[in-house]
Amino acid sequence: MSNHQAAGGTNGDRTGRYVRHPNGHVTPMSPFTSVWRWHITMVASILFRVTIGAATVGAALMLGWIATASSGADAYAKLLACSASPLGLFVWFGLTVVLFSFLLNGARHLINDMGKGLDLKTANLMARIAVWGPLVLAVLFWVALFATGKVSL
Amino acid sequence: MVQLNLPRGSKPNTGKVHKAPAGAKNVKSYKVYRYDPETDADPSWDTFEVSSDDHGPMLLDALIHIKNTIDPTLSFRRSCREGICGSCSMNIDGSNTLACTKGWDECKSHNITIAPLPHQPVVKDLVTDLSLFYAQYDSIQPYLQSDIPDPEKERLQTPEEREKLDGLYECILCACCSTSCPSYWWNQEEYIGPAALLQSYRWISDSRDDATQKRLDDLEDPFKLYRCHTIMNCAQVCPKGLNPAKAIAETKKLMVAPSRKKEKASA
Repeated sequence: MSNHQAAGGTNGDRTGRYVRHPNGHVTPMSPFTSVWRWHITMVASILFRVTIGAATVGAALMLGWIATASSGADAYAKLLACSASPLGLFVWFGLTVVLFSFLLNGARHLINDMGKGLDLKTANLMARIAVWGPLVLAVLFWVALFATGKVSL
Repeated sequence: MVQLNLPRGSKPNTGKVHKAPAGAKNVKSYKVYRYDPETDADPSWDTFEVSSDDHGPMLLDALIHIKNTIDPTLSFRRSCREGICGSCSMNIDGSNTLACTKGWDECKSHNITIAPLPHQPVVKDLVTDLSLFYAQYDSIQPYLQSDIPDPEKERLQTPEEREKLDGLYECILCACCSTSCPSYWWNQEEYIGPAALLQSYRWISDSRDDATQKRLDDLEDPFKLYRCHTIMNCAQVCPKGLNPAKAIAETKKLMVAPSRKKEKASA
């Protein structure tokens, strides 16, 4: 390998393992995302990261809500009308999913950080709850809102 | 750096298809990653159709059969053929495992994909460069460090102390766990990975070892230990049934243990 030139710049690797061969080719990187069969714990972990991004959008929306409320009754009435539209309700439903996802994934990580629930059977069960639980809870939450007349189309 | 796709020149093309002979029964199809550094070709997926009646029950038997009868240039590591040496670790049907202990009839797909360990430099075909993985193992100083001078006979442990090493010492360093971990894929220059961390905890747990605080100090870094986000691919794929995620969680607990805080304050 001594006559090979390190070619780390092509893939960001700085360990010098990716070298340019005499034929001009750089050592290839083996496939990873394209071949990987996802486990449920990996799905839960990635979804949690997506949730964090969505929650940032949610936080901006909440700030907008407060800003609108502070800028007068007319503006607030418009916001309420917008929120009650099918698109507005869809956005709020999405944010409810995000909220429950935060809750369930946060609990999962709290349990894991205490060194508990790390055997595969329990970890898989907790991951399944963290993946499907937010949807189920959000649907129940909105059914309850509609059933009690707090929200209507 | 999070990178979802392979860099240019690493993406495999469609390669050769080696059809099974006419009349062959119980035919399985193997889609095998190929790369030869001595040619100008990019990596490719070659397909080998073989009759399962012609070889033994394991994936390694199928690979040896392909090498012996279809393509002698196919390269892969293997040695013990019984799950002890860890040489034949590779990605089979989407998951890292040992080819010698994985039965071809256990695979979910009819067209079984066989690739090198993920996100590693490929030396040839299914052989990857594991030099960084071994350097990371070396970095945790995987040997006994005791303040007590060498005794005349062995260093004794109680059965309970010895029991604490169960689930840790059995690691065969096959690299299935580390190369299964997305955090390791994207931070392998800084994060030392599940295998090295499991072995670090193996020595931390050893009642005969006196370097616990030093070992923890060495891991106290934003990346080396804390890049583990409990994705748990490591435990899902370990062919020996070990649980590096649990060892990592226990190490994190020790990092914030009151006894360690007191020792650090008095130091």
